[in-house]
Amino acid sequence: MDEVFDVIILGAGAAGLTAGIYSSRAKLSTLILNEGPIGGQMILTDEIANYPGVETTRGYILANTMKKQAKDFGCIIKSNVKISDYQFEGTVKSVKLEDGREFNARAVILAPGGKPRTLNIPGENNFRGKGVSYCATCDGEFFTGKELVVVGGGNSALEEAVTLTKYASKITIVHQFDHFQAFEHAVQEVKSNPKISFIMESELREIRGTNSVEKVIIENLVTHQVSELKTDGVFVFIGYLPNTGSLKGIVALNDRNEIIVDPDMNTNIPGVFAAGDCIVKRYRQVTTAVADGTIAALAASNYINEMKVKQRNLITA
Amino acid sequence: MKMLETAVHEIETAAELEKIINGNENVMVCCGRMGPMCIPVYDAMEELEEERPDVKFYVMGFDTPEAAPIRNAPMCRGFMGLPFTVYYKNGKMVKATSSIQDKEEITAILDQFFV
Repeated sequence: MDEVFDVIILGAGAAGLTAGIYSSRAKLSTLILNEGPIGGQMILTDEIANYPGVETTRGYILANTMKKQAKDFGCIIKSNVKISDYQFEGTVKSVKLEDGREFNARAVILAPGGKPRTLNIPGENNFRGKGVSYCATCDGEFFTGKELVVVGGGNSALEEAVTLTKYASKITIVHQFDHFQAFEHAVQEVKSNPKISFIMESELREIRGTNSVEKVIIENLVTHQVSELKTDGVFVFIGYLPNTGSLKGIVALNDRNEIIVDPDMNTNIPGVFAAGDCIVKRYRQVTTAVADGTIAALAASNYINEMKVKQRNLITA
Repeated sequence: MKMLETAVHEIETAAELEKIINGNENVMVCCGRMGPMCIPVYDAMEELEEERPDVKFYVMGFDTPEAAPIRNAPMCRGFMGLPFTVYYKNGKMVKATSSIQDKEEITAILDQFFV
């Protein structure tokens, strides 16, 4: 059998990197395998102003610091890998990659995070980068003096809509419900902004244009009336989905595909833990992901120690 | 002046860009900022540098006037999302993309144009 790590962590966002820091600092041999870029949702966050003990910083800077901390403690990180198979039963777990490599460990921490939800409507992919965007701070200035549609009704959507008013002449927020899910102060801010108007209880059905976005097709979810709205761009902020598709049937998930864990981040499989945006919880913040990662690493360390004691007792018995 | 924090070499002048694209068969240049849509592309390029010795990988700051040859390239007309990523074959721009691309999408472009 190949080298057996103490811990394999799947995911290198805030939860995975924190678990890596704690696990490798505890002198456990630790491997992080990550399917996307290191940093997860953190690097999609332009500014982080409420991470305790750290003055306002950029998401990628915080992510890079965590990555460096984990590596400095001896954690091995492999990113942009494609996982093809898991085997979590028994005392040694294994993870197979599409390129044929296989890694084994005594414990596994699942921290695959989440990914931005997309509209999945005609035109969305065709106009990505040509009028369809998921980042106001990145692409807002391309829409200076233009009219925009913002899709969503949570904190991100409303905060990004306000950011976009620095550039756009007019913004229409399209939201599926009759109320916003955002904090009250964010709702008040958009309602008092003269550049922002709303189309509630409605969803986009199509994005149309020739070389760039020219209009969107909107359906009212109550009357089912379909209308057209002329626009130069569409910004999408409709939440996140847990990256747990490949874990279906392997660990217990709830009906929203979130991993079910106990307070010590144990999944239903002994030696398999989960942390971060992929687990069942209400609040998804960098701070909560960091806390989850800490608990999962400590619980994994405890699990490995208990397993080693059991094995020693078996040998001496 | 360097603007990007990545292990991928950063081109600082238009003259350097011209020298690179004319001196190498296959070149990929990602022109962006340290933003959420750009960083994952740099990250993928860092890994591809090890896997694809047939391609030269570079980044360039979007806001420097020196990046005008990329920003104003005909293939980038109508782009409204960072980063602007361009691919040169024997000095000629053969492909350009706007906004985030993952490693798989970049690899598909490399395989298509840099055979």
